[in-house]
Amino acid sequence: MMRRDECFRKLAEHRGEAIMVAAYTSAFEWVAIDPSPLNFVSTGAMGQASSHALGLAIGLPGRKVVVLDGDGSLLMNLGSLVTIAEAAPRNLVHFVVENGTYEANGGHPIPGRDRVDFAGFARDAGYEEVHSFDGLNRFSAVLPELLAAPGPVFGCLKVEPGPAPEYDYEMLHSPRMREAFRQAIRPFLGDGAGGSAGTE
Amino acid sequence: MATGDTPLGGEIVDALKAAGIGHVAALPDIVTSAGILWRLADDPDIRLIRLCKEDEGVSICAALSYCDKRAALLMQQTGLMDSLNAIRAIAVEYELPVCMVVGLLGKEPDRPAADSASYGVRIIEPVLDAMGIDRLSIETSPDVAQLAPAIERAYAESRPVVALIGRRIER
Repeated sequence: MMRRDECFRKLAEHRGEAIMVAAYTSAFEWVAIDPSPLNFVSTGAMGQASSHALGLAIGLPGRKVVVLDGDGSLLMNLGSLVTIAEAAPRNLVHFVVENGTYEANGGHPIPGRDRVDFAGFARDAGYEEVHSFDGLNRFSAVLPELLAAPGPVFGCLKVEPGPAPEYDYEMLHSPRMREAFRQAIRPFLGDGAGGSAGTE
Repeated sequence: MATGDTPLGGEIVDALKAAGIGHVAALPDIVTSAGILWRLADDPDIRLIRLCKEDEGVSICAALSYCDKRAALLMQQTGLMDSLNAIRAIAVEYELPVCMVVGLLGKEPDRPAADSASYGVRIIEPVLDAMGIDRLSIETSPDVAQLAPAIERAYAESRPVVALIGRRIER
């Protein structure tokens, strides 16, 4: 079992100029670890991070898009796995942070905790490449290759419920964050092929 | 048999394209299936994104708007109702140009939606009005002329719009 913040710190080392789409608890922790205008956290409604990521991946085909989903969030939009596999964006990496709880809502267990197989869902939906990680050493070793692989790629990060980040919902939904993101991606519009570690 | 006034699918697709729509996220709806969705599926100028659930399309269209790509979400009114929380948060509160084309299953062709015998149809316009969402009704061929300007307005003002399709559209 890993810690979410440790996974995110490893990810931050390798993100390059990737667009990071993060859901709720993951968003709060990610923004604290790696603040950037290329972080997209205004996903509006629970479950919608993966669908936003798909739209961004289609709209910016030359840019790597990485989504940090929650397990409860993904359960709310499981069909998005099939939609993403069908759309087959080569620039999309989909992580689900599996801690087995609705951490932002009192720590209640998700349905099927310790039984559901998120990697299995993604594999059967048709993702190009699927991983499941429960140790930081293996995650660190595989991460660079995973981020460079043609997508859609899926990675399940099995983490223990951690210390709660600061839940700043005003930041999450603020027009300021969305406008900063809009400005940050402006140079990439019309960019069919990127050119850094964080791009395809 | 449809009346002579019923718009053809080609008119609606042409209006979408005239408004710059290049991506359509959709779930099949029998009202718009033959005339719009099958036509879009065959159109090389449109990227069709097939959805499992309609609220995915709200997010996809919103995300594409950040990328300066115009998109539409094609669905039935049941999908609209199922997606209201996503529409509330992403389209309305975030003020994003999510453009929706919605087939009204069960609406009588000779009656306004608000007077429909179908509860599921009758409540649609009041729900949209309560949410402050712009709407237009497409019942007849001349109504199609409203569609492209409504989409242009949605992008110019960065706000959602719903086009309600009140009759079964043939190819």
